[in-house]
Amino acid sequence: MHEFGITENIISIALDKASEAQASKIIQINLVVGELSGFVPDCIEFYFDFLSKDTIAEKATLHFESVPVQLRCRSCSAVFQPKDSEWNCPECHSLSVEIMGGRELYIESMEVE
Amino acid sequence: MKKIEVVQNILGANESIAARNQQLLDKHKVFAINIMSAPGAGKTSLILQTIANLKNRLNIAVIEGDVASTLDAEKVENEAMAVVQINTKNMPESCSLIAAMIDQALKDLPLNDLDLLLIENVGNLICPSEFVLGEHKRIVVSSLPEGDDKPIKYPVIFADADAVIINKIDFLPYVDFDIASFKKNLGGLNPKVRIFQVSCKTSAGIENWCSWLLTEVETNSHKLKIEN
Repeated sequence: MHEFGITENIISIALDKASEAQASKIIQINLVVGELSGFVPDCIEFYFDFLSKDTIAEKATLHFESVPVQLRCRSCSAVFQPKDSEWNCPECHSLSVEIMGGRELYIESMEVE
Repeated sequence: MKKIEVVQNILGANESIAARNQQLLDKHKVFAINIMSAPGAGKTSLILQTIANLKNRLNIAVIEGDVASTLDAEKVENEAMAVVQINTKNMPESCSLIAAMIDQALKDLPLNDLDLLLIENVGNLICPSEFVLGEHKRIVVSSLPEGDDKPIKYPVIFADADAVIINKIDFLPYVDFDIASFKKNLGGLNPKVRIFQVSCKTSAGIENWCSWLLTEVETNSHKLKIEN
């Protein structure tokens, strides 16, 4: 499992940003997680509950926005979302594709008081 | 209640430690490769073959990453100039090496005397793809008994690889592994990747792989001499 360290990073970034904004409470953290990123939101929530104890992020809601896999065909430049594991271009059937989206893992914004 | 825009990469902390690791390696002209694969694909055997082939030309050290045990470190300790074992069992990240673990391990290595550092990651095709360590090249080992569909099932690790080693090529008569299909799917994801077919059991193909690696080490060392 690698969500423990990731959750520590999320809390550390959130506390820094809240302190910069002179906030006294973090209400919600909005996260963007790509489908290819390999991180499991349920695990992040599980670790968040105990890692955020006694901080201003305690009891904050984690909101996950999932980003689907987006590919670009290197032959005809079509941009598409693949169906399951079929990664060939729906336009020209080329297998030569570049990953454009789905690997995201970042904090987009937070709601604070 | 107010909204704050953050837009900050959560892996940023790992990436900055990795960049620092690479600066330290560059300062000592040490070339590092991160060797990743599923468990049992042959990372340790590849390391032993690589050392046997290159030890007259290069001073080589190994960092062994495992969830538990020192078995792999024991196998390589007589061959390499230095070995550091990292056990990830009690660490926050148990499924992959992360840059902070390499930062620690580098302190135990004689960097001034080294040319090449082989980092054996934890056997896993998902988690190591997320964590850069400071390596110069990313190597994925895929072996015939695993099947030829691995680039389709684990696209991220294959898309980022600089070289892919197809190991256990001596199994070809006994398994349904379509090398052409594997290469087609891999090349689709990653047109620049170098592919080597080897058998760590018979040593077939090891010469090709080592000659590529030696060229990479020498090119990098030459580049660093010019820069400094």
